[in-house]
Amino acid sequence: MMPENAILLALTLPLLGAIGIALAGRVSANLRECITMLTAFGLVAVVWSLLPTIFAGERPAISLLEVVPGIEIAFQVEPLGMMFAALASGLWVVNSLYSIGYMRGNKESNQTRFYVFFAIALSAAIGIAFAANLFTLFLFYELLTLSTYPLVAHKGDEKSVRSARVYLGVLLTTSIGLLLPAIIWTYMVAGTGDFTVGGILDGKLAGPAVGLLLGLFVFGIGKAAMMPVHRWLPAAMVAPTPVSALLHAVAVVKAGVFSITKIIVYIFGVDFLFAEPSSSWLLYAAAFTVIAASVVALRQQNLKRLLAYSTIAQLSYVIMASAILKPLAEIGAAIHIVAHGFGKITLFFAAGAIYTASKKTELWQLRGIGRRMPWTMGAFTIGALSMIGVPPTGGFVSKWYILAGAFQADNYVAITTIILSTVLNAAYFLPIIYIAWFAPEDEATSLKPHGEAPFFAVLALTITAALTLGFFFFNGPVLELEQQIMQGVSP
Amino acid sequence: MSLVQHLSALQVVVPLLSAPLIVLLRPPGLAWAAATATSLMAFTIAIALAIGVSNGNNFAYEMGSWPAPYGITLGVDAFSAILLLITTGASSFALVGGKRSIDSQVEASRQPLFYSAWLLLLAGLVGIVVATDAFNIFVFMEISSLASYVLIAGGPDRRALPAVFKYLIMGTIGATFYLIGVGLIYMMTGTLNLADMAVRIQDVSDQSPILVAAGFITIGLALKAAVFPLHLWLPNAYTHAPHAVTVFLAACATKVALYVLIRFDFIVFQPNLAGHALQFAYFLMPLALLAIIVASAAALFEPNLKRLLAYSSVAQIGYISLGASLVSKAGLTASVLHIFNHSLAKGALFLSVACLAMGFSSTRLEALAGAGRTMPWTMAAFTIAGLSLIGVPGTAGFISKWYLISAVLNEGALGVGLAAVIVVSSLMAAVYIWKVIEVAYFQLPHDGSTAVREAPIELLAVTGLAALANIYYGLFSDVPVSLSSDAAQLLLGVTP
Amino acid sequence: MELLGYYNYWVFAILLVIGLYTVIAKGNLIKKLLGLSIFQSAVFLMYITMNKVEGGTAPIILKGATDQIFSNPLPQVLILTAIVVGVSTTAVGLAIVVRIKETYGSIEEHQIFEADQTP
Repeated sequence: MMPENAILLALTLPLLGAIGIALAGRVSANLRECITMLTAFGLVAVVWSLLPTIFAGERPAISLLEVVPGIEIAFQVEPLGMMFAALASGLWVVNSLYSIGYMRGNKESNQTRFYVFFAIALSAAIGIAFAANLFTLFLFYELLTLSTYPLVAHKGDEKSVRSARVYLGVLLTTSIGLLLPAIIWTYMVAGTGDFTVGGILDGKLAGPAVGLLLGLFVFGIGKAAMMPVHRWLPAAMVAPTPVSALLHAVAVVKAGVFSITKIIVYIFGVDFLFAEPSSSWLLYAAAFTVIAASVVALRQQNLKRLLAYSTIAQLSYVIMASAILKPLAEIGAAIHIVAHGFGKITLFFAAGAIYTASKKTELWQLRGIGRRMPWTMGAFTIGALSMIGVPPTGGFVSKWYILAGAFQADNYVAITTIILSTVLNAAYFLPIIYIAWFAPEDEATSLKPHGEAPFFAVLALTITAALTLGFFFFNGPVLELEQQIMQGVSP
Repeated sequence: MSLVQHLSALQVVVPLLSAPLIVLLRPPGLAWAAATATSLMAFTIAIALAIGVSNGNNFAYEMGSWPAPYGITLGVDAFSAILLLITTGASSFALVGGKRSIDSQVEASRQPLFYSAWLLLLAGLVGIVVATDAFNIFVFMEISSLASYVLIAGGPDRRALPAVFKYLIMGTIGATFYLIGVGLIYMMTGTLNLADMAVRIQDVSDQSPILVAAGFITIGLALKAAVFPLHLWLPNAYTHAPHAVTVFLAACATKVALYVLIRFDFIVFQPNLAGHALQFAYFLMPLALLAIIVASAAALFEPNLKRLLAYSSVAQIGYISLGASLVSKAGLTASVLHIFNHSLAKGALFLSVACLAMGFSSTRLEALAGAGRTMPWTMAAFTIAGLSLIGVPGTAGFISKWYLISAVLNEGALGVGLAAVIVVSSLMAAVYIWKVIEVAYFQLPHDGSTAVREAPIELLAVTGLAALANIYYGLFSDVPVSLSSDAAQLLLGVTP
Repeated sequence: MELLGYYNYWVFAILLVIGLYTVIAKGNLIKKLLGLSIFQSAVFLMYITMNKVEGGTAPIILKGATDQIFSNPLPQVLILTAIVVGVSTTAVGLAIVVRIKETYGSIEEHQIFEADQTP
């Protein structure tokens, strides 16, 4: 189909699916699950149909309406957004599979509401991926916050409501308080908010103002969880695991770092930012977050919280890589969005599977669980190795590119941070793997034995583990996509 | 003689003539039907006038064909058109949907009088908007005020009585101050027609009475417009009035007073008094900022939903005053646009409160627990309107916030501080709207309220329409934006 | 003396302040309304006295008379309207006071306030 129609269809398909899910939920749960899967597959088909067009070098665009003179809702597909959309839509299929297993296995309530808002959140994520200007990005960014709020507060108990309040509070405060002024400032200075190759601020802004604007953007995009606006991430762990997986691997945090990378590349311009000394703070702030979050992760006993802080660290990897401002590093940043997505979703699926099968949430409870749940722990191991960056997992590829970019820029801070954080990652992941496979079981588990997680959950996490491995070997297309972004940027 | 020429006069005459006739309609329901029909007719006239204004006609109407400045003239331009739309629109929405709400709060025997007062209020408000001479504004202002006192006291809540007494005292003081100011100007210039005044003031040798007049008029209108700190009558009056009345008042009553204030100031005083632009800014801006911060903070801790929304209105009036105090085209455009968008948002919010009140026994927040489950459509409309109040993109409230922040950022360093205030207050709005949403969606309904059903269908339909209008004008805002910028152009373009 | 020659403005100012003081300081609702009336009367006086032209007579054209000086009729008309407004306001105000007396049993401001405080 025509690329422009594909863009519109990609946005509206999840919304139509949401309506279908809501209606089907009154009829039967199986019908509802069917419609979810159909919508997810449909979205993958529509989004991935745009790939050939992008590889050919085209950039399909469509403009919907002009809200205010000079500000319109418009979409344009370019390599970075294409990658994010493809990742989000693809992982939605897997996540839906997993959700079916998890929600039924835990006999969660309000499942229809869950699937409906999931679909709306995906539509918002696609909107962010394909946004052609800052206003559209902001619009769908806020929609993503609002549509994921009911998901975070899903359980409805006091703890969930309070954590959801933190989630909403941090994200809305940063977006209304920092991101919106940054966007308005950009529109006023540059006259436009359109994402343009090479950036739009060259010649319009100089000196400390650049650093300040960058700060407003980076901290305003709270979904990227850079310290100190990271508080919402551990708080959102109270949600059911499919939601955590969505938030931390598929849509929300990815939308955050994607937005930052897109703004650095297409609003500021890599060359412009490199030449501007006031922007160098970003690298140090991101590096600090990487180390600090990894240290905090070391001290966590709850599995999901550990994964949460690991996510914060990994996200700042992406930001740090973007901040190196060299093409190789930018490519590494973009690839890491994908690699981390695959790896983290595997880890969360495994954590949720463990909870569903055995109600275990703390690290010390995982002794010997590898022998009871081999598929789950196998996947967990692969995911953890990807986080550390060991070949043959996808995480190794992205780390390679980021290191190469750091060397290219002679950036010793970045190099040191990467090495140090690899060590820290190993320090908190390897013990888990060890005790899961090799430690003897404790008495409580022997008294109440359990088996593997429900079928759909195991299926899903096997798929993502395979993707993590596969990304090491089959990363050509993604690389090619990202190299297209860097055309014209000085090495 | 075609009807179109008389539209500006008909806008006032239609409700004014119907009001005493409705008193005679004793059969139940007939008074409501007649009032609604009149209100819808007035709305149609307002739409026709707005279309005409967008096409470039500025309706100038001479009463009795006496030419100005001897005769009384009426005039409708872009600024008036917006106000007419929201006034007649709010009245129509409240009446069409509010029959059962009014039936539950006003005894059947008194309803003809109630609806008559409603139409007098409508006639007074539109009269203020179309009048072009200062004394007519006073007369219509008092007509509308007296009618609103009657309406506010029309419900079953006895606390409305001391509230309306306070409103009466403060409102009359305000109107009388306005009268003093007009008298002083008349003394110096000999005319009451606004446009004529603007010309004649230049010839006046001693400017001090004009300055004093400006002071009296500004304070008087500020009292009526609930500009901080003269807003004290507003929270109680809105809270204890019948719910349909609150919809009407919250959407337009104070905005009409702001309209007069802005018009008077920009047409008569700005071009003529030296340095008045600065005086106006220095006077209004701090009050606007205080209104925004203090009123939002008061709303944060308020346990009664209606009073919470009333304090929110005071803060929003602060936004409008802030835009006006910038004395720039961008600021005035933002200000007038916010008049339109806020009445959409507040109207929809109070309409959903009227829906909630039909099912729940009280409007205290704790009584509304679980409303999301028992009245899902009402709460959905409330959520949409609440998002518009916060200024989430995709809603009308975002558009006016965008314009307002862009306008203040033109002011340099001061602008950054103002933008910070606007942003902080948006976050406060997010907090108090979210309080309501949490109570409605995440708390369990009380034992008695599980029997609560959804609001009557006509009220629900009107509420839903108002909420959807917020989204429509958040995406397709060209009509309000063009009218607002025309209005700003007009107000600033009047130079000697 | 110039200053005393403007005695009408002095009267206006003094009545205005007395009226405002009564409204604010007195607790009895009827007294407040009385203060309001005094306040409004001050304004009426200002308008009417301003229209008196020295040597002027009532503004009615007499047949056959020439060279007449008239006082300005417009403020008189304005004040008639304003008096009507004032009368209506006082009437509404008194009606409200009657209702308050019926429901609260008192027309003292502090007693009404206390009555609403008790839950």
